[in-house]
Amino acid sequence: MGDRIPAGGTTRCDMPFAVETRDLTRIFAGKKRIRRKRHASEGEDGSGPVTALDHVAMEIHDGELFGLLGPNGAGKTTLIKILATLLLPTSGEAYVAGHDVAKDPFPIRQQINMVCGGETSGYGLLTTRENIWMFSQFYGVPSKVSKARIDELMHVFGLWDKRDTKVRMLSTGQRQKMNMIRGFVTDPSILFLDEPTLGLDVNAARVIRDYVMNWVRKRTGKTVLLTTHYMMEADEMCDRIAIIDRGKILACDTPANLKRMIRHDTTFRLEVDTLHDVTSFGSIRGVKNFSHREDIATNRAHLTFILEDESPVAEILSRITTQASKVHSLQKSEPTLEDVFISMVGRGLE
Amino acid sequence: MTEVARRNDLRARIALNLRAMVGRAYPRVIGANREPSWIIFEAFLPLLGIAAYVFIYQALGERALANATDPAKVAEIQANTNALIASVVLGGTMVAFWLNVLWSMASQLYWEKEIGNLQLYMMAPMSRMALLGGMALGGMFMTSVRAVSTLAAGVLVFGVVYRIVDPLTLLAVFFVTLIALYGMGMMFASLYLLWGREAWHLSALMEEPIFFASGFYFPIGGLTRVPVWGSAVAIAGSFIPAGLGLDAMRQLALGPTAFGGQMWLFSVDVELAILLVLAVVFLVLARYALAYLEVLAKREGKLTSRHQ
Repeated sequence: MGDRIPAGGTTRCDMPFAVETRDLTRIFAGKKRIRRKRHASEGEDGSGPVTALDHVAMEIHDGELFGLLGPNGAGKTTLIKILATLLLPTSGEAYVAGHDVAKDPFPIRQQINMVCGGETSGYGLLTTRENIWMFSQFYGVPSKVSKARIDELMHVFGLWDKRDTKVRMLSTGQRQKMNMIRGFVTDPSILFLDEPTLGLDVNAARVIRDYVMNWVRKRTGKTVLLTTHYMMEADEMCDRIAIIDRGKILACDTPANLKRMIRHDTTFRLEVDTLHDVTSFGSIRGVKNFSHREDIATNRAHLTFILEDESPVAEILSRITTQASKVHSLQKSEPTLEDVFISMVGRGLE
Repeated sequence: MTEVARRNDLRARIALNLRAMVGRAYPRVIGANREPSWIIFEAFLPLLGIAAYVFIYQALGERALANATDPAKVAEIQANTNALIASVVLGGTMVAFWLNVLWSMASQLYWEKEIGNLQLYMMAPMSRMALLGGMALGGMFMTSVRAVSTLAAGVLVFGVVYRIVDPLTLLAVFFVTLIALYGMGMMFASLYLLWGREAWHLSALMEEPIFFASGFYFPIGGLTRVPVWGSAVAIAGSFIPAGLGLDAMRQLALGPTAFGGQMWLFSVDVELAILLVLAVVFLVLARYALAYLEVLAKREGKLTSRHQ
């Protein structure tokens, strides 16, 4: 991925990147389940080590809204936890605001905050305001400043009328807005957002996206690292995006440049009845890659094909109909980030 | 301010950690008293447990009085009965602190992990001891409200008479006991997280045996009169600061001559000195246990995160 990342042109000493990783690797030992041996030949039953991050090299510029796009288990959260000083790398280096995450966590912690999707943090007996205030105290924000910021942010996020509501009475969306305010109330220089709009309704997600974009763009020196598997979100919000899968960064560029990478390809989307065999599509000449997703509720399959040109379409349709499956829709579309992902990985993000 | 200057700014660090302590103490001070149900569960119900012992001691006193005719003997029996009941009421108030240490200190990091707070705490720049200190301060305050209500109810309902001659030493013993007790809770907080996937089992295990070994409902010196194992249990129980603290507080609240001066483990001075040593040792161990926990959590990628 090295040559795809715009050259920073500066060293860590001259002008530190907000975030920089070099050959960052994290291996989890894996769970070991020891069961009682029934026979002398039986050994330990367990899974082996898992490489969550594999030599990740990445640079995020000061003032950038950077996206990390990948499926579940790709290594996004592991990367964020290392950068948030919650986890040590197995090897390699990671710097946040110019400080080594392994050796010098204190100055990093002063400058960062993190919000995860579906967070249930805080105490149900406290009110929304009290909860956020409590977390601000762990960063040493003076009470007066903290309370003023909380009030302002509550207005922005539309949570003002819930300020004195106990946290346990909040809906999922309201709770996530509260979590976002917790992230912003300490006025961090670098904010890690791990799937911040997960499970939210359209309006709540929109409020959060708008605020994050404005926060980065209208204020100097604010950086956001956003992980998501919502394509539209990454496309709309991020200055640059790294596509990560199985612990490796596959590509890193602006959304437009990423899509340009497959501009010569043709994307077709099909909705068909459930298929018995999808593996044979990969052998059709001209099919660069494809993804397949079953919708159990409708008993239909959604197929996305990245083709060199339109010539394989007839063969694809033929193979679908030979499986007694009906084609409900066929659509040629502009490339999206998901298509970029499919072309690289051979499966969708969902 | 540059980062180096910020790091070296001791005043800023102290302010940060004081704010963190206040912040963490707040939910315990305010939040826990927000539900009126605590009056029933934590002030009224413990009185029932105390009442059981009080009625037994009263019944024993009545039986002894039935055979006594000498006025001096009658006065001695009445004084001993009052001392036993007073010991139970004092023990009942300290039970509140012990339960708070078990369920709201030792188990707390485990609960914090389960609700997702722990990794946010670990990511914050505050000292981890400020986090535990805030928990302890809040716990002490919250439990003091409950303990005072138990003590007052015990005096009003059971007519206990205390004879406090040295209130300053009594206060000193009380606070040193609390510091040692909560220091122990702070140490357990990390150990529970390391050892106990199911913290409530550990806490349940440590309830009744400690009630007994620390003499919550009887003078702990009484154990030393039990042949063979009594003294060993009393010494083991005295490692829990509540046992020694209670013994010293009973001496100070009832007078050292209560029970004929035969039921005390050590003198108040010795017990206060041991409590001071325990307080320092537990706080230092708590600091190292938490630092070890954090290193382990960062290295192994578990302990602080939910579902791990």
